[in-house]
Amino acid sequence: MTLKPGFKAAASALALLAALPALAQESTDPINLTLHDWTGQLITTQLMGAVLSQAGYNVEYVQADYLAQFAGLESGDLHVAMEIWETTGREAMDAATATGKVVNLGPTGMQAKEEWWYPSYMVEKCPGLPNWEALKEPACAEAFATAETAPKGRYLGGPVTWGGFDEERVEALDLPFEVIHAGTDAALFAELESAVQREAPIMLWVYAPHWAPAKFTGDWVAFPEYTAECYSDPAWGGNPDLAYDCGKPFGDIWKVGWAGLAEKWPKAAVAVERFTIDNGEMGAMITEVDLNGATVDAVVADWMSKNEARWSGWIN
Amino acid sequence: MRGLIPWVVAVLAFWAFTRFGATLAPWAFDWPRAAILPAARWITAFTKWLLNEAHFGLFTFQDLTRAISAVIGAPYRVVTGLLSEGFAGLPPLPWIAVIGLAGLLGHRAGGWPLALLVSGCFLFIAVFGKWTSAMITLASILIAVPIGVAGGLALGLAAYRWQIFARAITPVLDLMQTIPVFAYLVPILILFGFGPVAAVIATVIYAMPPMTRITLLALRRVPDELRDLGHMIGCNRQQMTWRVMIPAAKEGLMVGVNQVIMLSLNMVIIASMIGAGGLGFDVLAALRRLDFGAGLEAGFAIVALAIALDRVSQALAHERPQALPRHVYLKAGLATIALAAVLALILPAAQTYPAGAQLSTGTFWGEVVKWININYFDTLEAIKNALLINLLIPFKRFLIALPWAGVALLLAFCGWRLGGWRLAALSGGLVVAIAATGLWEEAMTTVYLCGISVAIAMLIGLPIGIAAAEKDSLWRGVRLAIDTLQTLPSFVYLMPAVMLFRVGDFTAMIAVVAYAIAPAIRYTALGLQGVDPRLIEAGRAMGCTRWQILTRIKLRLALPEIMLGLNQTIMFALSMLVITALVGTRDLGQEVYIALTKANPGRGLVAGLCVAFIAIIADRLISASAARARQKLGLGT
Repeated sequence: MTLKPGFKAAASALALLAALPALAQESTDPINLTLHDWTGQLITTQLMGAVLSQAGYNVEYVQADYLAQFAGLESGDLHVAMEIWETTGREAMDAATATGKVVNLGPTGMQAKEEWWYPSYMVEKCPGLPNWEALKEPACAEAFATAETAPKGRYLGGPVTWGGFDEERVEALDLPFEVIHAGTDAALFAELESAVQREAPIMLWVYAPHWAPAKFTGDWVAFPEYTAECYSDPAWGGNPDLAYDCGKPFGDIWKVGWAGLAEKWPKAAVAVERFTIDNGEMGAMITEVDLNGATVDAVVADWMSKNEARWSGWIN
Repeated sequence: MRGLIPWVVAVLAFWAFTRFGATLAPWAFDWPRAAILPAARWITAFTKWLLNEAHFGLFTFQDLTRAISAVIGAPYRVVTGLLSEGFAGLPPLPWIAVIGLAGLLGHRAGGWPLALLVSGCFLFIAVFGKWTSAMITLASILIAVPIGVAGGLALGLAAYRWQIFARAITPVLDLMQTIPVFAYLVPILILFGFGPVAAVIATVIYAMPPMTRITLLALRRVPDELRDLGHMIGCNRQQMTWRVMIPAAKEGLMVGVNQVIMLSLNMVIIASMIGAGGLGFDVLAALRRLDFGAGLEAGFAIVALAIALDRVSQALAHERPQALPRHVYLKAGLATIALAAVLALILPAAQTYPAGAQLSTGTFWGEVVKWININYFDTLEAIKNALLINLLIPFKRFLIALPWAGVALLLAFCGWRLGGWRLAALSGGLVVAIAATGLWEEAMTTVYLCGISVAIAMLIGLPIGIAAAEKDSLWRGVRLAIDTLQTLPSFVYLMPAVMLFRVGDFTAMIAVVAYAIAPAIRYTALGLQGVDPRLIEAGRAMGCTRWQILTRIKLRLALPEIMLGLNQTIMFALSMLVITALVGTRDLGQEVYIALTKANPGRGLVAGLCVAFIAIIADRLISASAARARQKLGLGT
């Protein structure tokens, strides 16, 4: 999908060719940036696209599935993907970079956080929260139960495809909870919205940066902190027999690109590598779009005009 | 009554086997792990080979597919340029020009009423601020439909000419229609590249089969006299095809065109997931931020496009003698474009619909859902739990516990009674094939979810269809409602359903019923309306009451159509599997979805084939029993 008229970018590219002799050898073919279906990613990608357009590149946006896109990045149909989360995309990213056809272009500066989350009104019913050990109390688990799961608590996990090892976590930490998988991200937050409207109990997988933790007040459950050994070594942690007796990993959100990027558009590759933004800035922009009804284009244009010094450093 | 005895014996044997067989023959319940066919691995290896190594000497297979996508990409860029992006500094067609052209087309096809309806649909899209997205969607439909029609026509002609080809292509068409699209998206993306062209190709694969089937049917129905006439006046083969056969079959062919258009519109959401953008993307994005109003508006824009295209293509099937000559429309069209272009130069509002004049339902729908949620959630939850505990869960457990060998034998027996040994081999064989892939439990979950949904859809759909058939005014309203249900992306009502019923099988069932009820109503109504009025008159003369006329005459005579409706309801229910995976079911649809996100073509295609096998078994058995019903009623076949 082309969101911006190609001719505009081409025209500006021509105009800039004279001004920027370094670009003269670089290809005028469009650089394809992938768009997914969550707001934060749309903003990050369109920021990058806007910066590259300013540098005189011809930019096109292509709608692609988060994980299916790696096939396109390997073949060179797609060139840049702006948000690969340590938490959900690591496996696919490692598989793709192992082929040598995809390269990691460094962190975006944003930190992905995913964990069990509850709205703050639940503290009354389960006073020990956010400490995870509070969840072991039968009364506390019962507070999160539904008819289907009672007496166990109900934990709404992400789509099966996100992984996350929640069944394993429940077993290793001996939590009286049952894991139910939502099919999609939208379904996950539809349940949250529904529960908060009724002040009903809910415990679910929430991630940030996202609009939900900005819109609703609540907190993450504090599990024993994640380490790599916790997932790989059963001996680690409170349960000597099982792995996964800790919280979920959190970490960088990465940028990745087609391996040929640096050769075909060297300066663009450098600009993508230099791109950074932090959680606070991104959270504010996501809130602006998802809760206050601004368009992504407007938010991106606003950021571009306020941060000219920053992004011009990326392209020079 | 003697016919019943074998059935009773078979069912009793099946029951005994299920009840006591577990200890005698455990292999009949769980397919031995060692014997599972590694079909997924084979298919993945084959696709890898096809993508990376397959060679035709001078060029690779991938070069070939990329060339095809370049060929399709060229006209696609022209159409998107015209409708949404503009060319070389020129703006796209102004919205008033598109509305004008749509009106002209409507007038050509069906006179003033249709012209007003079609322009009205486009105006609705503009007023709700969906113009740009709708034009992107329209562009991909405008490319996909001619390709689908031409491809379907070509295959249909070939099947008409060579009997052997007809026989070979039938199972392929079945698979194209029943394998969930998600299953072959990954190979398509790799072969044809990411972007709108791959989405167009996926759309064509899904939308083409009915065109092929209908072409074959329409050509076979051309009267022999006409064919003889063609031979007598010395037509050669080409003249025979294009001057005699196709014009004579035109009405039937237009039904095929209509089907291609409607199925292409069904693909809008899925196509947007792999790069088509447009209205489908708007729906997905709106639902991700739980903006129900925006999702509904984008969904209704798809419905508006569907209604406009559907009514025009249906009207074009019938000659309209009072339509003006073609050159008048051509001139009027050019004049519209010129006028609109000039107007757009003076008045920017004529180029792009002014944002200030757009309407939006805003947060209204979100508030409605919230209100229901706060006030009625507990009641809904109680109803849901009662249904789940007393009906859904026991039925699911029952099905999952069935032995595959017993099911295969029972279905083979049904096939043998209904259609002979061929059908028996087919039904039994396909059941064994499903078991051999190791996906028995997922397959049974699928059967459970679709089975319950189909039963509910028929229970609701039959009475509505019967009532609608009696009263014309009611039928018009019902028809609009089922057309809407069929084209409104189910995502739009799926997320509110999640808010009220949580994720899980119950929500999935609601979505399936909402979609699959359309054919249950449609075929029932059409069947009853088609009953010979003389027979009803005869019944009335003999003093039958209205109830007797309905149950003894109408419903019996309409039985074959109702069976066809049941068949279609099952097909529709199966085609919703992929959507139900999005609310957390654990069936074959989920398998396909997982495979898509893991880019594993083998796993997806195997699960997709299992869905197709279930569909084929259901289709063949029901068709066979419908054929028997027809024979008994003396309606011929």
